[in-house]
Amino acid sequence: MAAETDKPEKMMDVSVWRGGPDGGAFESFKAPQQESQTILDVVTYIQQNEDPSLAYRFACRVGMCGSCAMMVNGQPRWTCRTHVQKVLKDNKLVIAPLRNLPVIRDLATDMTVFFDKWTAAEASFTPTKTRHDPMAPINPETPERLAASEAIECINCAVCYAACDAVAGNEDYLGPAALNRAWTLVNDVRDGGHESRMDAVSAAGGCHNCHSMGNCAQFCPNELNPTASIAGLKRATVKAALGLRK
Amino acid sequence: MISPHRSHPLWFAFLLHRVSGLALALFLPLHFYVLAMALTSPEALDGFLSWTDMTIVKLAEYGLVFLLAAHFFGGLRLLALEFLPWSPRQKTLAAGAVALAFFVSTTFFLSAV
Ligand code: SF4
Ligand code: SF4
Ligand code: FES
Repeated sequence: MAAETDKPEKMMDVSVWRGGPDGGAFESFKAPQQESQTILDVVTYIQQNEDPSLAYRFACRVGMCGSCAMMVNGQPRWTCRTHVQKVLKDNKLVIAPLRNLPVIRDLATDMTVFFDKWTAAEASFTPTKTRHDPMAPINPETPERLAASEAIECINCAVCYAACDAVAGNEDYLGPAALNRAWTLVNDVRDGGHESRMDAVSAAGGCHNCHSMGNCAQFCPNELNPTASIAGLKRATVKAALGLRK
Repeated sequence: MISPHRSHPLWFAFLLHRVSGLALALFLPLHFYVLAMALTSPEALDGFLSWTDMTIVKLAEYGLVFLLAAHFFGGLRLLALEFLPWSPRQKTLAAGAVALAFFVSTTFFLSAV
C-alpha cells in the first residue's frame, strides 16, 4: 500500500493467461510492486482490484499444501513462496497455468491426471501389519531409510510434473512426483507392495521413460531430486528383472 | 529460443546427447558406405580420400569426432547415473564429459592437420 511509504508506487506489467479448456490468451494488467511480495500476492491483487472473475487456486500460502503452482515467466513455481524480486524480468511478469495439465479456468488446472498417476504408480503404502501389532521400530540410519528420507517431503504441487519434457512428450508417463513417491516406498521396510509396485513403475508409462535431464530436480521447490529417485527405481527394476532382491 | 524451464546444465547435457546421437546415426551409414568402397571400387575410394585432405572436411571431421566422444563420455555418465548409486555431482560429471570430448577431438584434430 502506498500509504506505508511516501514514495509513489512502482507499477509492473503482469500478463495473465485467461481462458478455459478450449484455449485462451494473455491479458495485460498493472500491479504495484511491494516489498517481500510473492507471485500469489500479485495474482490476488489483480483478482481483488482489477478483475474479480480471475480464477486461481491456493490454500495455505506458506508452501505446505501444494495447490498454488503456476508458470511464472516460463518456469513452474510455487507462487506463494516465490518472491517477485527473484523472478521479475524487465519489470514484467508472465503468469500462466501449470504446463502439462488441462486447464479448468484461467490459472487453475485440473490436477486429476496428476493424482491418478500416483495411484497408477502404486505410490501408496501397503501395510504389512495391523493397528493391533506393536509399532515397527525404524532405524533412521539404514541406507534404505536414508534414501526414503531424502525424498519424502513432497507437497504434491506438480511443479516437477510441469517441468518434465517426458510428460510433455508422452501423456501416459507417470511423471517425476508419482515415481519419486514410489521410490520412497521401495525403501520402506514396513511396506508390502514391492512386487506389484515394481510392475507398475516398469510398465509402459513407467520410470524407463525418464531421460534424466533433471528439469524436475531443478524446479522442485522442496529441493527433492526425482531424477535420483527415478534412477533408483530403474536400478530396482533391473534387479527385479534379474531376480535379485531389491 | 530455449524455453526458460530448460535453461540448466543437465538439460543441455541431454540436448547434446540427443543431437550427437542423431548426428552419429546419420553419419554411420555413410561411413560404412565409404568403407565398403574399399572392396567395391577402390578408385572411387581413393578419390574420396583425397577429398578428405581439404581443411573444411578436416574441420567437419573434428566436429564429428567431438560428437562421437561427447556421446561416448556422456553415455558413460548416464550409465553410471542409472546403474551405480546416485552421485550428486551430475553437473560436474557432465562438464567433465564435455571436457574429455574436447580433449580427445582436439588431439585427433591436431594430429590430423
Ligand atoms: S529427469 Fe525424468 S522425470 Fe525429471 S524432468 Fe527429466 S524426464 Fe522428467
Ligand atoms: S517432487 Fe517436488 S515439485 Fe514434485 S510434486 Fe513433490 S514437491 Fe512438488
Ligand atoms: S498456497 Fe499452499 S503451497 Fe502455495
